Amino acid sequence: MIFLFLFLTFLKIGAFTFGGGYAMIPLIGSEVISRGWMTRGALVDFIAVSESTPGPFAVNIATFIGSEKGGFPGALCATAGVVLPSFVIILIVAVFFDRYRNSKGVSGVMSGLKPAVVGLIGAAALSVAGSVFLPDGFSWGIFKSGALYISLGVFAVAAALLFGKKKIHPVFVILISAALGVGLGFAVPGV
Amino acid sequence: MKKKLMLLWQLFLTFFRIGAFTFGGGYAMIPLIEREVAEKKKWITGEELLEVVAVAESTPGPIAVNAATYVGYRTAGFAGAVAGTLGIILPSFAIILALSALLRRFYTFRAVRYAFMGIRAGVLALIIRALVSMYRKAPKNVFSYVIMALAFIVTAALPVDPVYVIIGCAVFGLVHSYVAGRREKE
Repeated sequence: MIFLFLFLTFLKIGAFTFGGGYAMIPLIGSEVISRGWMTRGALVDFIAVSESTPGPFAVNIATFIGSEKGGFPGALCATAGVVLPSFVIILIVAVFFDRYRNSKGVSGVMSGLKPAVVGLIGAAALSVAGSVFLPDGFSWGIFKSGALYISLGVFAVAAALLFGKKKIHPVFVILISAALGVGLGFAVPGV
Repeated sequence: MKKKLMLLWQLFLTFFRIGAFTFGGGYAMIPLIEREVAEKKKWITGEELLEVVAVAESTPGPIAVNAATYVGYRTAGFAGAVAGTLGIILPSFAIILALSALLRRFYTFRAVRYAFMGIRAGVLALIIRALVSMYRKAPKNVFSYVIMALAFIVTAALPVDPVYVIIGCAVFGLVHSYVAGRREKE
């Protein structure tokens, strides 16, 4: 039963993922966190794992949750589910490629989906910011926690690297953030 | 028959290599796909690949998987599509499967917990970077800004399944472009 459930959940995620991995965070969150399959913090951790391992985010997270919940067959069902919609749709598109590419309907749908992706990633950023800076919700005591200042510091460094002039690969940003986290974690009291 | 099997094996191997060596997924994979598939193997032309990438943006699913399915189909029909898709998925499937067992065991170390504290902050920066680049790619007009704001508010503040946000925005886009097209004709 869990296998069918995994397959159908990731089939739904696969069918509605547009605009690359990050836009699917709200969708994955609403499916996976509400079922208790993963906490919000663990989801953020897994984004980092996925950026540091080869392959598309959607496939990585499907394999990961599938194997956590149902071992090897679970991983197989979830991964098959997440890939199947794009596989079938691309086969159909390949046959009608020219008609599809020049279709007014497709460009109309895209004029709504492109800005929607911006809104979805914005919502993902907000929710991840919450779990990074206020993991236990807001209280005035948070300003006494060393963890908050470490997170703010690492975020500032990572953002400066990513928005700097030189192009930097996401894997390096994650490695530097990890090193800063370990160094500051042991150095700052009250973490 | 033997030739067809060789071609399928080649498709599988090529996309396996692409899947095994591209980190971060998505657009990072496109230059490698271009070099392997268009320049070396000449299965499709570079221009056709660029068109496939553009089309893949309007279909669901990871762009690399879409490209593998398309190139495989063009080169060797349905069996080719299966070979290419399996090839690109298999490396990440195997690696994540191996990692998921390890991750749990490591999590008890203090250093690993601190590392992930740093990493979470770094991931937030990556997401904001992606937000800025998707904003730059989106159309800049009033309709587009309204959709951005609506999608953001509904997803962030309301307990609505994001699937409905995606469907709703697609329908808005379709209706808006139809109405705008009619108005232009008159």
